[in-house]
Amino acid sequence: METVKEKKTTSKNKKTIKISGAEAIIHCLLAEGVDLIYGYPGGAIMPVYDELYKFQDKLTHILTRHEQGATHAAQGYARVSGKVGVAMATSGPGATNLVTGLADAQIDSTPMVCITGQVPRHLLGTDAFQETDIIGISTPVTKWNYQVTKAEEIPEILAKAFYIARSGRPGPVLVDITKNAQFEEFDFSYEACVGVRSYNPFPKIDTAKVEAAAALINSAKKPLIVFGQGVILGKAEKELKAVIEKTGVPAAWTILGVAALDSEHPLNVGMVGMHGNYAPNVLTNECDVLIAIGMRFDDRVTGNLDSYAKQAKIIHFDIDPAEINKNVPTDVAVLGNAKDSLEALLPLLNDNKHTNWHNKFKDMYQVEYDTVIKKDIKPTKEKLTMGEVIEQVNLASQNSAVIVSDVGQHQMIACRYAKFNQTKSNITSGGLGTMGFALPAAIGAKMGAMDREVVAVIGDGGYQMTIQELGVIFQHNVPVKIIVLNNDHLGMVRQWQELFFDKRYASTVMVNPDFVKIAEGYHIKSKRVSERSELKSTIEEMLASKDPYFLEVKVEKEDNVFPMIPSGASVSDVRLK
Amino acid sequence: MENNWYTISVYSENNVGLLNRISGIFLKRHINIEALNVSKSEINSVSKFTIVVNTTEQWVINIVGQIEKQVEVIKAYYHCDDDIIYQESALFKIKSDLLFDEREIQNIIKENNSQIVTVARDFFVLSKSGKRDEINKMHDQLEPYGIMQFVRSGRIAVSKAEMRISSLLEEFQHN
Repeated sequence: METVKEKKTTSKNKKTIKISGAEAIIHCLLAEGVDLIYGYPGGAIMPVYDELYKFQDKLTHILTRHEQGATHAAQGYARVSGKVGVAMATSGPGATNLVTGLADAQIDSTPMVCITGQVPRHLLGTDAFQETDIIGISTPVTKWNYQVTKAEEIPEILAKAFYIARSGRPGPVLVDITKNAQFEEFDFSYEACVGVRSYNPFPKIDTAKVEAAAALINSAKKPLIVFGQGVILGKAEKELKAVIEKTGVPAAWTILGVAALDSEHPLNVGMVGMHGNYAPNVLTNECDVLIAIGMRFDDRVTGNLDSYAKQAKIIHFDIDPAEINKNVPTDVAVLGNAKDSLEALLPLLNDNKHTNWHNKFKDMYQVEYDTVIKKDIKPTKEKLTMGEVIEQVNLASQNSAVIVSDVGQHQMIACRYAKFNQTKSNITSGGLGTMGFALPAAIGAKMGAMDREVVAVIGDGGYQMTIQELGVIFQHNVPVKIIVLNNDHLGMVRQWQELFFDKRYASTVMVNPDFVKIAEGYHIKSKRVSERSELKSTIEEMLASKDPYFLEVKVEKEDNVFPMIPSGASVSDVRLK
Repeated sequence: MENNWYTISVYSENNVGLLNRISGIFLKRHINIEALNVSKSEINSVSKFTIVVNTTEQWVINIVGQIEKQVEVIKAYYHCDDDIIYQESALFKIKSDLLFDEREIQNIIKENNSQIVTVARDFFVLSKSGKRDEINKMHDQLEPYGIMQFVRSGRIAVSKAEMRISSLLEEFQHN
């Protein structure tokens, strides 16, 4: 194998090496600390794959079974590791298959760099074989994208790509590289990007705004914190906990914020939003100060904006200026990284307890427990529920597993009942709601945190959207644990049909294959459970396994997820049944 | 909230593809771009977009936020018509005979401070710069005589207030 040292030449003052664009791409990835990429080869990216062959001791490439799987795996990897996930594909269909993952990463602020091959420069715009305008297609779903047509551009553009993907509010970046640029040789040197002139990802904290926020929090009688993924992305978990404990403010979370605060923390009052907990939803419309930290007032969180927290003063901590006043007008907006903002806020806050206010949350939790939670996690009826499966995972993992959930009823149940004692533990498709996300994302999550137990919780619908990625688990022996909660329906759509479409179950009944046999076909240890008596021991067996494990749990076919805020209703109109 | 005319000024890097990103922000919200002009600005290597839309102030604030979020955008502003000095340009192509046969045409040219750009055997071309209603007025006056071709540019505008792009760029570089 040729090494970089052997090829070193000196040009002016910089040390450079003459290499191909394809080899330059590998060196750029290595310089950015990348050791794992997901992808799928094809004609327009073959020079890069040829170089990968040479570098396989330094850079592992995971061949997913579909390019969409590559993006979700890169997302899962990024979300647990905090690093940038990397996915690669060829031009045309390879590139367009990345689009769902890009959109998912964009809306959930996941740092990801996708590299696509493109037809040679002289064929651009000629409708050449496997040519698509991936720059045009991916523009609305990327934080930034760029088409490289000359090898010389590669180092600067890839350095910029990684910088943009991981800085400020993270997001996906796509770099499209023409085949001629992959073949061309040039004098390579690499400098990491430390700034882009027009891009200011680190807004300075405005002290006056922090003081105004502190004054409001100190004067509040019924304050409520709602935190989101911004806390995790900003590495502000410790600061959040300190703020909560000093002020005694009850803290609720959005679906992507969940693991930023220990589930068992006494001031953790649960999830807000459509299938969130009763107390934080209802009391959003009773609090006098609402403190939003690293969350974006998504419509699934706010319900009807006309009746959302109208009585409250709103404080919004966020790194993205475009989120301020976008959906909910704020009284005080503090722009900046959550860690820096909360660090500045903490010394200005008064010690408090808010005991009476907190007791209201406890009382309402009891109502929710008696009406909903008890029958979900300790059911007395014969059929298994999704909630009791999650509860058994909590018990067997002692709340320490990474839970990767797909999209649908099981996702809401997983988010409601999974318990976490470590940050970066809940990986799900929040903003885009991408069915098919969980299986590849779990592969990425496991590879991003090999020391952690990774449990994918998937419905029978979503599982079949990316089921082919079992091949990756088999080929690389990725020890993920897969639980398919099978209710033989597209459960969430069926629930809506039941509640809002007169039980007209149009195309939501699924006649499913034998999932256990399919997993066995990939040589993955598998089991099916349909009796309560087998559930606990099987989940314990699954988590004790050092190998990948597939578990199908046959659950109640027509269970519904409650509480629920019907679409367009107010958060205080949350239904318990 | 009622609709109004807003002019958006965007200072950006001069990069391929940015127009696509910016127009996508309007497309996503179903807001029609009424006029668009892209040119160099007063700062070396910085481009300026001037975009005219008819929408609510809430939407225009939201859009400006989303435009500024684009990596290559340095700063975006929105202005009401009173906050800016603005102009559009138009060209009218008219049959040459009319210039000599219809006395009124010469009055229209004079009255509207219009200029003759060129005179050829078959046609002559008039240019007119001004606000949209001034151009519309001249168009209405010429229309009965027959306009062979008409074209109007996007709005160009400068703000009455200062737009501190140079100092912003300096701040970015020091951060």
